Amino acid sequence: MNVTPNRIVVKDLNFYYGKFHALKGINMDIADKKVTAFIGPSGCGKSTLLRTFNRMYQLYPQQTATGAIMLDGDNILDRNQDLNKLRAKVGMVFQKPTPFPMSIYDNIAFGVKLYQNLSKNDMDERVEWALKKAALWVEVKDKLKQSGMGLSGGQQQRLCIARAIAVKPQVLLLDEPTSALDPISTAHIEKLIDELKEDFTIVIVTHNMQQAARVSDYTAYMYLGDLVEFDETSSVFTNPKRKETEDYITGRFG
Amino acid sequence: MFDLYTKRRLTNTIGLGISVAAMAFGLFWLCWILWTLLDHGLPAMTPVVFAKMTPPPGSAGGLVNAIYGSIAMTIGGTLIGTPIGIMAGTYLAEFGHRGWLAPLTRFINDILLSAPSIVIGLFIYEVYVVHIKHFSGWAGTLALAIIVIPIVIRTTENMLRLVPSTLREAAAALGAPQWKIINFVTLRAARAGIITGVMLAIARISGETAPLLFTALNNQFWNENMSQPMANLPVVIFQFAMSPYEDWQKLAWAGALLITVSVLALNILARMLFRQSSSTH
Repeated sequence: MNVTPNRIVVKDLNFYYGKFHALKGINMDIADKKVTAFIGPSGCGKSTLLRTFNRMYQLYPQQTATGAIMLDGDNILDRNQDLNKLRAKVGMVFQKPTPFPMSIYDNIAFGVKLYQNLSKNDMDERVEWALKKAALWVEVKDKLKQSGMGLSGGQQQRLCIARAIAVKPQVLLLDEPTSALDPISTAHIEKLIDELKEDFTIVIVTHNMQQAARVSDYTAYMYLGDLVEFDETSSVFTNPKRKETEDYITGRFG
Repeated sequence: MFDLYTKRRLTNTIGLGISVAAMAFGLFWLCWILWTLLDHGLPAMTPVVFAKMTPPPGSAGGLVNAIYGSIAMTIGGTLIGTPIGIMAGTYLAEFGHRGWLAPLTRFINDILLSAPSIVIGLFIYEVYVVHIKHFSGWAGTLALAIIVIPIVIRTTENMLRLVPSTLREAAAALGAPQWKIINFVTLRAARAGIITGVMLAIARISGETAPLLFTALNNQFWNENMSQPMANLPVVIFQFAMSPYEDWQKLAWAGALLITVSVLALNILARMLFRQSSSTH
């Protein structure tokens, strides 16, 4: 089904929270420079799957994954994989805005400084570039030295997106990025996702099926740790092959 | 007609009444203490207090050497205790999820937190004063530092635990190593709370008498040498208040008022700091 090249290839992925088997033998290809959406009822494993792509689960010792996730020919799950290098390639934005307790400028510079030694001028340019990409520049350009905590929720979330793309990753993971935002901020972010896919491969987890239909090129429907259906968004929503998918997207279930 | 609603209202009224009475009872003593303190302390609060040394029995004088000693030892104790407390508290909050070391440290810290301060004074007396064979400002500073440490450990740990884990995840997702996450993100997010904890620790040690009795003791003269016995407000108050001399008793009241006012000021400052930075969140 994919005509575009793949950025991420998931092979036989199993995931465990302690003894609980949360992802069961997932196989999927994530297309390069496209938006892939994960939908499904709460607890189906869509966020868990997303969090394996940057090995976020590593923070919690009782969580383990088996199988393989290939990115650029490397297995992300490999113990020898350098976590910091991986996370430079795979950025993430969370459900709740998480600005760091520092200025707007420093919020963006924080991640960049981890990987690059930029001069003051280059850093200024990078911050401006990221904020422009995240459609936030006009609103904050006169208050870069103010705390990021003082922004509105929608602005904070765009700041987090700017922070993630400032590192220039290849993949951007969005974990329900608009569920804490009002409709106007949501529209901002959805428009942004549409623009960002020119440069980045985007994977988004969402509870909002209209949102998946609006922003994504591919949609994966998950249920109880299984990948039930995965196809182009238009075909998943208009012509689902599986009965379970149809029940979910038509609202008869979940 | 005792329906459910009336009954609930009655229970509410009784509960509220008892709570208000308890509050009034507590406030009554507090106000009485403050009033007595002001009544005796204010007349004794003359410029001489800040200009002259503690006098020999039965003559007039001031408290300036004791004020200096108290400030010096409080600052010293805070400077030694705060970094240790913050680092240990950070360990407990950020690394102490598994293993036996963290729970053990937490348990011992809780004991230390509630240990009578006279025990800490005796401890420093035994391990330090006995060996150098004289009382000193350093010994007093050490004793105060040991009181500061558990307070700062406890508040640092609690405040770091209040930092949402999503903030840590967000920093980790950028590829930041743990020491950077802690230094630049979590400690910064918890800064206001930790500063408040340090302020409360300062307030606590500035009124401690028992740990100084066996360590810094007292000194009737101006002394800036921390290796010598050092005058300090709590011990001076203790000594002067128990004496039969009226001049000494007056000075004791002045000293007591001075400590109370500075502790009050510190508490208000801590509160303002905390409110200011939590409103920007």
